[in-house]
Amino acid sequence: MAHQPTSARRSRRLVLGAALAASALVVAACGGGGDGGDSNDPGLTEDSIKIGGHFPLTGVAAPGYSEIPLGHKAYYDFVNANGGVSGRDIEFIAKDDGYNPAKTSEVVNELVLKDEVFAIVAGLGTPTHQAVTNFLNAEGVPDLTVSSGSLLWDDPKEKPMTFGWQPDYESEGKVIGQYIAENLPDAKVGVFGQDDELGEDGTRGLEQYIADQIVSKVTYVPGNTDVGPQIAELQKSGADVVVGFNVPSYTALSQLVSMKLNYKPTWFYTNVGSDSGLVGSLLEEFSKGAIKGSSPLAGVYTTTYMPQASEPDNEWTKLWQKVWDEYGDGSPLTNYKVYGMSQAFTLVDALNRAGDDLSRESIVETFEQDGSKLSGPNYVPFRYSEDRHAGIGGLKLVQIQADGTTADKTPVLQTDVGDAEIEEFTGDVGTPPESGIPGS
Amino acid sequence: MSTDSTTKRLLDLNLTRNLLISLAVLVAGMLLLESTDRYTNTQLSSLTYYAIAAIGLTALTGLNGQISLGHGALMAVGAYTTALMLDTETPLPFPVVALVAVVVTSVVGFVVGIGAARLHGPYLAGATLALAVALPSVALYFKGTFNGEVGLTVASPRPPEWFVSFIDAVSGEFATSSKYVAYLGLMCLVVALFFALNLRRSKIGRHWRAVRDQEVAAEIAGINLGRTRVQAFVISAAYAGLAGAVMAIVVRLAAPSAFTIVLSLSVLTAAVIGGLGSITGAFIGAAVLVFLPPWVTSLSTGSGLSDTQAAQMSPLIYGIVLILVMLLAPGGVMGTLSTAWRRARLRRPNPATPTQKG
Repeated sequence: MAHQPTSARRSRRLVLGAALAASALVVAACGGGGDGGDSNDPGLTEDSIKIGGHFPLTGVAAPGYSEIPLGHKAYYDFVNANGGVSGRDIEFIAKDDGYNPAKTSEVVNELVLKDEVFAIVAGLGTPTHQAVTNFLNAEGVPDLTVSSGSLLWDDPKEKPMTFGWQPDYESEGKVIGQYIAENLPDAKVGVFGQDDELGEDGTRGLEQYIADQIVSKVTYVPGNTDVGPQIAELQKSGADVVVGFNVPSYTALSQLVSMKLNYKPTWFYTNVGSDSGLVGSLLEEFSKGAIKGSSPLAGVYTTTYMPQASEPDNEWTKLWQKVWDEYGDGSPLTNYKVYGMSQAFTLVDALNRAGDDLSRESIVETFEQDGSKLSGPNYVPFRYSEDRHAGIGGLKLVQIQADGTTADKTPVLQTDVGDAEIEEFTGDVGTPPESGIPGS
Repeated sequence: MSTDSTTKRLLDLNLTRNLLISLAVLVAGMLLLESTDRYTNTQLSSLTYYAIAAIGLTALTGLNGQISLGHGALMAVGAYTTALMLDTETPLPFPVVALVAVVVTSVVGFVVGIGAARLHGPYLAGATLALAVALPSVALYFKGTFNGEVGLTVASPRPPEWFVSFIDAVSGEFATSSKYVAYLGLMCLVVALFFALNLRRSKIGRHWRAVRDQEVAAEIAGINLGRTRVQAFVISAAYAGLAGAVMAIVVRLAAPSAFTIVLSLSVLTAAVIGGLGSITGAFIGAAVLVFLPPWVTSLSTGSGLSDTQAAQMSPLIYGIVLILVMLLAPGGVMGTLSTAWRRARLRRPNPATPTQKG
């Protein structure tokens, strides 16, 4: 079809087409290839390990959560400065997904296919991470220590590469339920839950112990900031204990609304929603400065599964403080940074155990074989094994004090999903090694 | 020469020309997909769904003068339909699924369009904005079907035998599922493009423009204003539905948090940056959406910023680009280019000849 285009428009279109084709060829000439063809897994070289994760660094979920990668980075810098892992430096890339699953899919594609990371670590959020687990497992990319307490990550058959990290929401609900059943047997309990896994799994755990004490269950949809009707309903039901399965901003909102309604039940919040530092600053912001003070959450019950930033005398917190002072950005140490450093510590331990013949396969094997032995600040060991990919297997119930510290209300408790008993954990909680680096 | 003139007449036909353009885009797209690495392939997959949605929106806004801030929600309808239909033991082939997604979204678009036809300017923007905010919550209330906040995981369609051998013949590579998804996206885009090209030149397209430019004149000429507006909204919604179907298989998930107002605004931004009413512009706008943020982020990380700072740079640059386009080139990329081209033509020697448009 060697026709001569007559009109200018047609020639313009042809030029455009030609340009497209030409640029495609140029790209073909320059790009492409890239397959080294050697037996080493992506992200690994003689002297480096490249890992990455997705976090909300911008947007509504960023306050608090965006500090987790800072903790990771600081700890890896600390390890690198002390010789790295078997002579390899850890390079950590945090990508922003704005807590949007569509973005998560894009940035994880970038991490895996472009940056060629060895593993995805600490990917944050349930819907966000859910968007990429199939891809990561199909690609054979280790997907370690997911930053979410959903039960979705514990699925070794379908998702052999994916491992959870924090205690699941159901176990947390069980521990809270048992405490209320034993210590507040006459209380009328209301449940304030986020309308997703967090609220559902948590409520399921709670109901195992106090189904007959629950007088009202309300849920909120994340994004809708008006929780007035829900709190009013709890108040009307006469609940004098309220258990909140919610994220930090809704802790602040529920506190604020209760103050307005002059509703003063005993509050329980799960670990996820109870960071006093963040809730305090959110409360100050939401109330336009009317509520200030070190701990607006004084008297509130919550759970912890590892030492907090508010325990400066704890050996672990001392280590985090030291690392953060040296490799942080000068801002104060927070629980989110501690969270990140704790994950990083366990990952470094696993990398060390895999040793010289580190590969994607061997790191997954390490998690499955040495799972319960992997060290970290967690009170109760991980539940990792060939049949389980669930994370930390227990926690304790604490009450937040006026000065922001916590007082223990139960010993460290070990439990699991379903009808597993809640037992006191009698094992050794452990202290960090002298060097601050596991396995050395 | 008789054969020559037949060829010429054929080429003058809109249908033939549009078919050729669409085929050219198909070939160019295949060349791009086969010549770039896997990461760029996934970016191109994202580009296809943004482009499809932007073509639909640019037709609605550019040709018919209606604005919609609710296309993200319409994409959600397409995506959820796709997710639900693919979630069976033996799912139907993707083209069928995509078609159903288009039909379902069109029905939703029809309902919205009936309301939209009565509204103008900011009121229409407000109404469609409400759609964008409200519709994703439907997934939260009908949790049993839509699985609430966590959403529905979409099983990526498996590449069929013929596709694997086709790719093997073309580039000697093994066809992965993400490659297949990229090709499905491309095919959908080409089909969408073909219809859009025809639409613009057809009676329908002329009616849309007439309604946009001069309602009274259009009505006097016998055009039913309401029906034309609803029609424009339905067709635009169909595009959003197709975009949603492609998005579902590219992202592999349909969850409410993926279809927030941000998505609606992104699609609108793509249409505006490219130039409202221009199909080429829709491509350019979609490319900006897909390629600009990672480029800015890697540039910022490269220049020594921390990950968080780099992440914050990307919306900043994006905002600046949008503001600059609005201030300096309100017609978008294609609008500005065509103005410049027209001016250049006017400046050609031969000033004595009066121009056509005057």
